[in-house]
Amino acid sequence: MQTSLTINGTARELDLDPRTSLLDALRHHLGLTGTKKGCDHGQCGACTALVNGRRVNACLSLLCMHDGDEVTTIEGLGQPGALSPMQQAFVEKDGFQCGYCTPGQICSATAMLEEIAQGWPSHVTEDLEAQPELTIEEISERMSGNLCRCSAYPNIVDAIRKAAGETA
Amino acid sequence: MTEQLKMDAPATDRRLDGMAQGLVGAPLDRPEGPLKVTGTATYADEYRIENLAHGMLVRAPGNSGRVRLANREAVAAMPGVLAVIHDPRLLRNPAQGTANKAPVQDPNEAHYLGQPVALVVAESFEQARHAAQSLEIALEGGAPRPVDPETAAYEPQPAKGVDQGDLDDAMAKATHSIDVTYRTPSHSSAPMEPHASIAQWEGEDLTLRGSYQMLKYNRNELADALGIHPDRVRILAPYVGGGFGSKLGLAPEAVAAAIAAKETGRPVSVALTRPQVFETTMRRSETRQRVRLTVDPEGRLTGIGQAALVSNLPGEVFSEPVLQATHFLYAGENRRLSLDLARVHRLCAGSVRAPGEAVGITVLECAMDELAEAAGIDPVELRRRNIPEKDPESGKEFSSRRFREALDSGAEAFGWKDRPATRSRREGEWWIGYGMASAARINVLKESRARVTLAPDGTARVETDMTDIGTGTYAILGQIAGEMLGLPRESVEVVLGDTDLPAAAGSGGSWGASSSGTSVYVACQAIRAQLAQRLGVAETDLTLRDGQAVFDNRTESLAAILNGDEIVKEGHVLPGETSKAVRQATFGAYFVEVAVNGVTGETRVRRMHGSFAAGRILNAKTARSQCLGGMIFGIGMALTEEMAFDDRDGHLANHNLAEYHIPVNADVPQITVELLEERDDWASPLQAKGIGELGICGAAGAIVNAIYNATGVRVRDFPATLDKVLAGL
Ligand code: FES
Ligand code: FES
Repeated sequence: MQTSLTINGTARELDLDPRTSLLDALRHHLGLTGTKKGCDHGQCGACTALVNGRRVNACLSLLCMHDGDEVTTIEGLGQPGALSPMQQAFVEKDGFQCGYCTPGQICSATAMLEEIAQGWPSHVTEDLEAQPELTIEEISERMSGNLCRCSAYPNIVDAIRKAAGETA
Repeated sequence: MTEQLKMDAPATDRRLDGMAQGLVGAPLDRPEGPLKVTGTATYADEYRIENLAHGMLVRAPGNSGRVRLANREAVAAMPGVLAVIHDPRLLRNPAQGTANKAPVQDPNEAHYLGQPVALVVAESFEQARHAAQSLEIALEGGAPRPVDPETAAYEPQPAKGVDQGDLDDAMAKATHSIDVTYRTPSHSSAPMEPHASIAQWEGEDLTLRGSYQMLKYNRNELADALGIHPDRVRILAPYVGGGFGSKLGLAPEAVAAAIAAKETGRPVSVALTRPQVFETTMRRSETRQRVRLTVDPEGRLTGIGQAALVSNLPGEVFSEPVLQATHFLYAGENRRLSLDLARVHRLCAGSVRAPGEAVGITVLECAMDELAEAAGIDPVELRRRNIPEKDPESGKEFSSRRFREALDSGAEAFGWKDRPATRSRREGEWWIGYGMASAARINVLKESRARVTLAPDGTARVETDMTDIGTGTYAILGQIAGEMLGLPRESVEVVLGDTDLPAAAGSGGSWGASSSGTSVYVACQAIRAQLAQRLGVAETDLTLRDGQAVFDNRTESLAAILNGDEIVKEGHVLPGETSKAVRQATFGAYFVEVAVNGVTGETRVRRMHGSFAAGRILNAKTARSQCLGGMIFGIGMALTEEMAFDDRDGHLANHNLAEYHIPVNADVPQITVELLEERDDWASPLQAKGIGELGICGAAGAIVNAIYNATGVRVRDFPATLDKVLAGL
């Protein structure tokens, strides 16, 4: 099935089995293995990528649903030697151990900061009308769709706070 | 070329303390970090290999009967299908850690529900998945088999127990005593990277890209399973997405991929689905533990009893070593520890992070909390009074042990003195309580090898088949080599995860860092000796720093000393007398504040602190992360993690991450960790001990004890879910 989309700024034409998920299209067909497969059914967040700027679980949608979309993967956020502030903060704060959940955490965190900037409330936001603050509680709540079995959570929170300070 | 060190005597020279580069212990970033945060570190199933075919395992729908592939021909004819493999060499379950030979291979009979019995190979992942789902497995002639450990036949494990003094007499005479039974459920390692292998043959030579923790053993296990010579097998695992015990031994997907690649003449990838990870890799055995403790009027333990029941599949020798650290943690002259192994047809039991202590010390520490309450003694004080002078069973000295300091320093850092009386502090709907527990884990050194090359330009390369499963191996081996050779961290390259390189101890049992680190140390010592020889000075008079050698008030660059030559040395460490002469272990203490909702019974961990002593810390940043990881596993154990088995056929009912609840970010506070300064000369010439598992060895007990302090509710059946807490509120 024919699908045209933009991935990390490059236009791509793909003709794949309609059963192919966005995740498998990235991993098996485009060599973009930075997006990880932790569960393949929407339970872990390892496959988080950005579609039109919003974070999604790439395992939960089929490639053919993304005709015309703009997809950004971890490879599009930065490269070794040219890390994004979020990637750099994860390295400095040891926001990972094995590294397998990490691209998903970083894509998720990057989009999450944007959601806060746009004033989206979360389950723990006290005042739904006010601009939410980047508290530890807000970060933890908003990052709870990204599992980390190495359990780097306290360091992930520290990394996001550091990155937010630098980019603010 | 090979320098060997057998650890027969304590390393009292503490050479690392005299080195000048200042790398060992420093909280340096992981050198591979930039690759991991950009998605450019390559894990097992991420190699772009031409003509790659995809395989999907198919599993038994029951735990008994002869396996028949009912519609094999129809599946073989499906689009894209290359092969349907039902080969007698397929593994029933993974090899146990360090097994070094193949586990049971029997795809013709079902032993547990979920057992891999066939593999479907197709051109694409989608085709393989569809065909595998279409393959019908019939089980013929089966009969009901035991699945409940509490009613199944069991085998006593006397070698793991002890019977010393008279515990019954101590119980009869004790001033205070407790006799309680706890239960812990099975746990899954649940690493975020599912187990995966890509197998590729070149003639009779097999290359396997896998997700494994202990390559030298895995290579022999794979060769044995296939019936080929180990020299024919190469395993590559430079990056491993977590293991926690589940990737210690060779698993079914590797053998299936190798057979399929041979049969189809193509490279084949087999990745487990998440439910397959839960059902075909190791579980931690559930436990039933009866604990008896007795104290005299001064609060000194006179008796310790711990009787544990664990389980495993028939044919598996592994029995969860529940009593491992109870043998030496506390004093008490009357001791009866026993372990029984029930035989059940549930999925295989094996190592999950800190086998033994994770559940054994957790339960012992809950029982100690009950004893403290019964005796009217503060829980920290009860533990302080019962630190034995020597190993209470063998009479051996402890190699190093800053247990008392961990208790005191942790209590101080946490603010333990403000602990509320039981069920006395309430904030709105929430009951607030404090709890604590001790941490203890055995320390082990294993045979390990590494090669270090000092190049003519004064840079170095470390090579070993050691793995980094998130444990920080890339960081610490570079730090040790840089320290010994006087090189900045950037001048040392570390190459791991390839069985063509010198064979290391592997990652597991918390022994990886000290064992593989020692092999690097030994190789570097030999390089230093050669440099000293070139300069005509004693090795001990040589100071190496920033690529320069300082000796006799002179300075010369390494490049000048090497004069175009390279120096290559292999270091080889073997455990020796120091493993037997003394009791080696790591210690610590956890402190926790919880809030328990008075309406719903929900528990939130509000604060958590750990103080740990594990010998010399090699990298303060990665060591801290290991402790955090262990403590957070403890949060899962205490509150949510439980494999739920069906009583009728033993099938795992919650085989995914939505139903098996590992902690998420919102479950975890900003935990604090203190690493106490310690040197253990008996453990290794690095004076380092293992730290990868210490964080979990009792942590869940501190949380459950805090729930009691908050609410007055004792939960003796882990995890402390809302229903169990609410029932007592
Ligand atoms: S792989 Fe997509 S959520 Fe787990
Ligand atoms: S870093 Fe290993 S799972 Fe998060």
